[in-house]
Amino acid sequence: MIRYKPSEVVDFIVIGSGAAGGVVAKELSTAGFSVVVLEQGPYIKEKDFNHDEFGVGFQHDISNNPKLQPNTFRTNASEAATLGQRYNYGRLVGGGSVHFTANYWRFHPDDFRERSVFGDVPGSSFSDWPVTYDELEPYYTKAEWELGISGLAGSNPFDGPRSRPYPLPPLPVKSSGVLFERATKKLGLHPFPAPMAVLSQPYLGRGACVHCGWCETFGCEMRAKSSTLASVIPMAEKTGRCEIRSGCYVRRIQSNAAGRVTGAVYFDSRRREVFQKSRAVVLSANGVESAKLLLMSASKRFPNGLANSSGMVGKNFMWDLGGLVSGLFDHPLNEYKSVQVSRVIHDYYAADPKRGFYGGAGIDARFDWFPITFGLDGLPPDAPKWGADYKKMLGNYFTHTFSTLSHNTSLSVETNMVDLDPSVKDSWGLPAPRLTFQLHPDDVKNAEWVQKRQVEILEAAGATKIWTYPLDDVGISTHLMGTMRMGNDPARSVVNRFNRAHDIPNLFIVDGSSLVTSGRQQPTATIQALAYRAAEAAAEAAKKGEL
Amino acid sequence: MTRRELLLSALSAATLSDIASAQQHAQSAKESDAAFRYLATADAREIEALAAQIIPSDGTPGAKEAGCIHFIDRALETFDREKREIYRTGLAAAQKKRAELFPQSQTLAGLESSQAIELIRGIEQTEFFKLLRTHTIMGFLATPAWGGNQGMVGWAHIGLEHKMAFQPPFGYYDGAAK
Repeated sequence: MIRYKPSEVVDFIVIGSGAAGGVVAKELSTAGFSVVVLEQGPYIKEKDFNHDEFGVGFQHDISNNPKLQPNTFRTNASEAATLGQRYNYGRLVGGGSVHFTANYWRFHPDDFRERSVFGDVPGSSFSDWPVTYDELEPYYTKAEWELGISGLAGSNPFDGPRSRPYPLPPLPVKSSGVLFERATKKLGLHPFPAPMAVLSQPYLGRGACVHCGWCETFGCEMRAKSSTLASVIPMAEKTGRCEIRSGCYVRRIQSNAAGRVTGAVYFDSRRREVFQKSRAVVLSANGVESAKLLLMSASKRFPNGLANSSGMVGKNFMWDLGGLVSGLFDHPLNEYKSVQVSRVIHDYYAADPKRGFYGGAGIDARFDWFPITFGLDGLPPDAPKWGADYKKMLGNYFTHTFSTLSHNTSLSVETNMVDLDPSVKDSWGLPAPRLTFQLHPDDVKNAEWVQKRQVEILEAAGATKIWTYPLDDVGISTHLMGTMRMGNDPARSVVNRFNRAHDIPNLFIVDGSSLVTSGRQQPTATIQALAYRAAEAAAEAAKKGEL
Repeated sequence: MTRRELLLSALSAATLSDIASAQQHAQSAKESDAAFRYLATADAREIEALAAQIIPSDGTPGAKEAGCIHFIDRALETFDREKREIYRTGLAAAQKKRAELFPQSQTLAGLESSQAIELIRGIEQTEFFKLLRTHTIMGFLATPAWGGNQGMVGWAHIGLEHKMAFQPPFGYYDGAAK
């Protein structure tokens, strides 16, 4: 791999190597540009991954560690924010694309014009996107074919038109999928095989999934999960123009008096400060980390933080909303085997004014419990917590349970936001992000309504016991969306329709932060389609000498 | 590289190191009580007696056979050092309760099972017991490399077969659908 000197002015710095950063790095380096990718986490690969639930799930082996990088949280600005982990991201080369569940559906055409279709929602900043599904379609297709997505084109009647089928057939159906499919058909719904960023067959030199079952929160030892680490980052490195510099925690994007960015200051793995120069910067650190970095990069010319003349940096933070409902079945399901999800419905995806609120959901059949999490929280709330009866139930339920997970809308609300905590610092002395988030009343109504649909499905599936979980605790968000929203109006948005900062021509912000609405969660496909499109725009601008 | 070669290389990379580490730990844990790194042996046996009521050894291995106490010892020596005080005060309170409820008893480990259950009912809402429950379950179900789940008895109990690869059908219903 090529090594650039920090004093060398490279064409692009890409901050973050996840779902978006990995794609951008590959696109720009194959287009002929010199690229340095600055990644907070380590550069570890499939040989380093394992099935260690305690290490990965509880010791933060490949995700942000709140002991080192704390955050604070409050529900509104008049409340004092308190410590406690509220956001999660993959902290390694490949970012969240390494540890995600790998659900990989496209947003629907109406997602991009939903404000016009549905109408205004009081108390929200609900808006149309400045791009359409048709404009993004070629980039969705490119992502699916370059990264490797398994699925069945045409099986979801609510999907938008597509120019090509999926490159790979769906993964095998699981017992949960069979029961879910049977039940939803009985209810007149339209189940379809889950589109997954996991290879059902060998593809582009990578092996197929062997159904070990350790996908969600884990890295894939087989390179079968289509993370950027397994797919596009090796292509970027092969160009000889892209350096993946891991263990580099960016503390400031440097800008000059002319209002352009000039590079990034980071702590290297030994916590020494380094300044890497560049002609342009692509910020792909995720909806919280990117907002934090822009706010930390204030200067005389940009006193409120970079790219923040609108005051919108960090605002409109949308959460990973959804609810789990579990059911017990007579025969063994052995859901711990294979990918977490094999069947999905989008029947309740579209918002319907007749329900009396804005909202919708995708629902999937899944088992995203692993032994420890199931032992701690997987049994029904009324189950014994210890003793012989607890032990007996644990032994029976682990192999006989599956859950439905809803992926719910999170309305954009301007006062839901990320800013810098005035007093709490991380282990590097940088301000901790302060998250302010409160559910919109329609989010609450939607969650209650969707939960009833999930119970109906499990009833129709023949569950002998069904149990739900409380909906009022929003928990830890793993989809970090909306904080640097995309728009045509520089007074109301941070980036333009090509993810280019309105205020700074040589700064692109490409991650979940640019999403205008939350879709029905599962934003990775859309983030990556936007990344392909933004990289193309950045390359064109660079070729024209604009950067 | 064929799929089989890929599988084998992944096996040698991931699970063999897991197994080696687990065997080492299990071996050192079995050798003697000196395997405790933080807990005094007497305290370890008392805590273990409570853990054994959370996941009892009733015909099949429980917390005791899984070596959950070694997971707890390791936790308090390393990643949960800041929770030592909860154990110290929690264990002292449990001993006090034991002396009140069963004045003839000498130790928690010496209680009859029914006595231990009665005692735990009185402390199950405490921070100490909730933490002990969390640690015991973690120890029972984490990879053996962390000190517990020795011989993978925790995974055997829940019906998890730990393999690098499976073939469909995975369960009853997808098998019946074929």
